[in-house]
Amino acid sequence: MLIDLLESDEPAILQRWMEHHLSAGSYRPDRISRAELQEHSTQFLSALRRALASGTADIYGADWAAVRHVLDALSASRAEQGFSPSETAMFVFSLKEPLFERLRRQHANDAAKLADGAWEMNGILDKLGLYTAEVFQRGRDAIISRQQQEVLELSTPVVTLWDGILALPLIGTLDSARTQVVMETLLQRIVDSGAAIAIIDITGVPTVDTLTAQHLLKTVAAARLMGADCIISGIRPQIAQTIVHLGVELGSVVTKATLADAFRIALQRTGLAVQKQHGPPRKKLVEPDTASEGNEA
Amino acid sequence: MERIPILKMGDYLLVTIQVDMHDRLAMALQDDLTGRIVSARSKGVLIDISALEIVDSFIGRMLGDIAAMSRVLDAETVVVGMRPAVAITLVELGLSLSGVRTALNVERGMELLRRRIVDQARTDGSTA
Repeated sequence: MLIDLLESDEPAILQRWMEHHLSAGSYRPDRISRAELQEHSTQFLSALRRALASGTADIYGADWAAVRHVLDALSASRAEQGFSPSETAMFVFSLKEPLFERLRRQHANDAAKLADGAWEMNGILDKLGLYTAEVFQRGRDAIISRQQQEVLELSTPVVTLWDGILALPLIGTLDSARTQVVMETLLQRIVDSGAAIAIIDITGVPTVDTLTAQHLLKTVAAARLMGADCIISGIRPQIAQTIVHLGVELGSVVTKATLADAFRIALQRTGLAVQKQHGPPRKKLVEPDTASEGNEA
Repeated sequence: MERIPILKMGDYLLVTIQVDMHDRLAMALQDDLTGRIVSARSKGVLIDISALEIVDSFIGRMLGDIAAMSRVLDAETVVVGMRPAVAITLVELGLSLSGVRTALNVERGMELLRRRIVDQARTDGSTA
């Protein structure tokens, strides 16, 4: 029934549908061009006609693959363009009105046929609309999880301060998932570089609660098991107060107020010291090889 | 029955765990090692677990026990070469092995033992 409509009247339906798209409140000329909309609509209608011609109504079946493919592409592009889920699903639902108009004209004198046609159309378009919303949601979820992963990787750099001294500047809230990544990266770097001391700097951690403290202590304990000492630095006054008020036992972990203090301790333990050079500092930067010649002279 | 070899190197005993530890093997190692510490009059024990990929709470506790037993027998224990995954597992199990000294590799572990024993000799000398 629906297939007869589409086969006889496809261009007219497409035209009505396009008018509908353009007049609807959800039309966003700033995000999607008229030509693109027209292309999507044409593709969808022809795919729908072919799927209906197959005679099956299961939209997840092989006969409907082309329709699903069009909707997949549409949802993906709209998710990136910043459409809302309902705006995306409306693309499909808005086809109801032009189709219903046709149906009414065709079966003006037969209420039973009109009802059947309307029911069939509703069933198929509702399923397709929900499918679109689902795909749209999945696309969004994929974007979010990818970004989360990127943030996670970006936010756990392990830097080498000196031979055998690593630093781990932590920025942002420490939750369990992040601690896991932090711990693994740090321990792997300890193995790779053979570092004996690791400084964990928490200047960028906004709040420390019991859970965060426990995560930190776990990291310190794991590093110690591998034979590296940990120093926690960058403890702000408020955080020191919180730690004591919460009754967190830091035990034998060495803590310092600033990264500089921690670095000094680390140098001391590795038997190094930073010393001031004798003589006045050079006024101008010179080329490296001339500088070394000057030192020898 | 298979056993884990214990090598004597001067004042120290060297244990390299190359196979997956099961409980019987761990108990045998405990017996053998305490016996050897006494018979060889060792001052230090170095346990290399760099080949150990899987630990459970029993093996973790056994490492702690060996360290405690050696201390009673006046020998220092150093565990070296723990893998990151093993360290994370032990911490998650709540076993931080606070009584065990650790080092990154055998070289560092030996250095640690040597320094400890020199320190000990000095303090013993000054008290005597």
